[in-house]
Amino acid sequence: MPTLAYAHENLAGWGRFPVEPCHLYRPEKQAELSAILQSTREPSYIPRGLGRSYGDAALNLDAAALCSVRLNRFLLFDRDTGILECECGASLAEIIDSFLPRGFFLPVTPGTKFVTLGGAIAADVHGKNHHRDGTIANFIRDFRLLTPAGEVLTCSPTDHGEIFWATVGGMGLTGVILSARIALRRVESAYLLVDYEKARNLQEALERMAASDENYQYSVAWIDCLARGGSLGRSVLMRANHAAAADLPSKVQEPLRVPHRSHFNIPVDLPALALNSHSVGAFNHFYYARHRTVQHQLVDADTFFYPLDSIRNWNRLYGKRGFVQYQVVFPTETTGDGLAVVLKRLAQSRRASFLAVLKRFGDANRGLLSFPIKGHTLSLDLPMARDLPAFLQRLDEVVATCGGRVYLAKDAVSRPETFAATYPQAEQFRAIKQKLDPKGLFSSSLARRLRIVNG
Amino acid sequence: MSSVLILGATSGIARAVAAEFARHKYDLILAGRDRPELDATAADLAIRFDVRTHVCVFDVLALDTHSTVLSSCFSEAGNDLAGAVLAIGYLGDESLAENDLAEARRILDTNLTGCVSVLNILARHFESRGSGFICALSSVAGDRGRQSNYHYGAAKAGLSVYLQGLRNQLYHRGVQVTTVKPGFVDTGMTFGRPGLFLVASPDYVARRIFQAIRSRRDVVYIPWFWRVIMWAIRNIPEWLFKRLRL
Repeated sequence: MPTLAYAHENLAGWGRFPVEPCHLYRPEKQAELSAILQSTREPSYIPRGLGRSYGDAALNLDAAALCSVRLNRFLLFDRDTGILECECGASLAEIIDSFLPRGFFLPVTPGTKFVTLGGAIAADVHGKNHHRDGTIANFIRDFRLLTPAGEVLTCSPTDHGEIFWATVGGMGLTGVILSARIALRRVESAYLLVDYEKARNLQEALERMAASDENYQYSVAWIDCLARGGSLGRSVLMRANHAAAADLPSKVQEPLRVPHRSHFNIPVDLPALALNSHSVGAFNHFYYARHRTVQHQLVDADTFFYPLDSIRNWNRLYGKRGFVQYQVVFPTETTGDGLAVVLKRLAQSRRASFLAVLKRFGDANRGLLSFPIKGHTLSLDLPMARDLPAFLQRLDEVVATCGGRVYLAKDAVSRPETFAATYPQAEQFRAIKQKLDPKGLFSSSLARRLRIVNG
Repeated sequence: MSSVLILGATSGIARAVAAEFARHKYDLILAGRDRPELDATAADLAIRFDVRTHVCVFDVLALDTHSTVLSSCFSEAGNDLAGAVLAIGYLGDESLAENDLAEARRILDTNLTGCVSVLNILARHFESRGSGFICALSSVAGDRGRQSNYHYGAAKAGLSVYLQGLRNQLYHRGVQVTTVKPGFVDTGMTFGRPGLFLVASPDYVARRIFQAIRSRRDVVYIPWFWRVIMWAIRNIPEWLFKRLRL
């Protein structure tokens, strides 16, 4: 007797904008999931994991969101190959907790480990190693997809390749990913050797990245987006490789254990003005001044990959009105100009982005709606304000003109015209979706806003 | 290594209880209706906690199969069976049960008759060995009948009384019987239902159940404050209680 009960919830993404009433289902058995879909009592369905996409990707106004977190079981692990098969509600944190002590780490990880594997595939997430390793899709051997028609298909780049590349980065619109096989990376320790390097401006940062990123598995830059004039785009580059067991000092007794970190919690919403251009400016000044150009710093994986995960509910820093994470990519040829325009407009408008991150991307993959293309990506956290959507939509035009695009997993405000202009494979995506889902059962607030789907 | 038998192993609480035992390095025998679900849960626990798991298809309503199924569980475990956890519950549809005897019986048979059948077999097994534990999940709903779920409540009340008697009997034979009365737990049984409060996570409930078994407790409310709440509710005079909407 499967439970088909759902909760009426005002759901939001991690940015807490927008907030929309949805019907939240949380199946605990695979059969319940199928029963919910077969009930056809909802206008449409969208899979949802831990709610860490920022905007409305996992929202479905007055329709169903299918929360996967109770379908999170590990199904098979092969110690020799490091291939893990698991249900897609499993979080990356769970995978790390179980497998890092056995000498395996995620092959690709976004900036938080509190995402589900299904969500990671649906957003085709990238990490600080994109310039070398590409997105998570490169490490997914195959997955089982529950299609809108109720069929279960095993998809890989070679079997049902079309569906594989529509689902990877497809934002949940092709069905529910039930389970996947992911190739974990063998590591000798839970630590990284990090080189920090200061760059006085954008030009210098881009040059350093181009010159020596290939020496590092991981590369990312923190960027001071309030600096102006000659300092526009001043940054701290943080680039790293996994530390071998031999690199660890003898005081590290358990090389594969991440040392315990204390966790902060933001218990309540901060006043909306807590993060303003002055407080962020002061922080940036301090942060830039604090860092030195140093090499071979031993940093544990949690601190390096997930600095914000130690602050629970950090999205509350932005107050009740929330924020938008704006992440864009520019192709290599237009990177310098494009980034300069974005940073200038941002600095001029005195919008404070507490976090601003710059990262070089390697080649794009075949994901029809995958975000990364060869070039550079910038992500900004901007407090929600009445004029923010219009401001970002104007930036979108710059991005589109430069041949770039906006990351769907972060987006909350883009217009359909921008999507159409910047995701040229959208038509192919729609054709595959039409075949899989002729009745249009899978949809989301994001998909309707950007007209990825009709209706 | 010791093992534990979990009956009703695919429920939200049972999965968490099984994981808690696995974390403490007990091997597991998981019995339940849904084979694919049992297999997935068994694989998960074996991978996560590096323990041995075995699954066994079992339907609490198929009374005549119980002795065969449980015998196979006992022989699988050999002499290492430390105890059994019975995590079977069917809340059912109260308004349907009021008009449809089939639903009323399903509630009574799942929560009471079927459990009694299983518990009798478990009791004889552990009694003959003179050791072990039997832990069964009853409910705070059995502490007082309320209009919103009195079929379920009646069955759980019956189960609680049965367990009292069993505890009394088996005390003299070295077998511990623990009655667990969880309040609202965040599982599929409660998800999306209106009027819930003080909802506990399955992981928390599982940790408390494990501790209760380990410290040989008789009756535990989880979380503990339900003991206070239910004491208060039991002590409302009937002339007043019947007027309330609970």
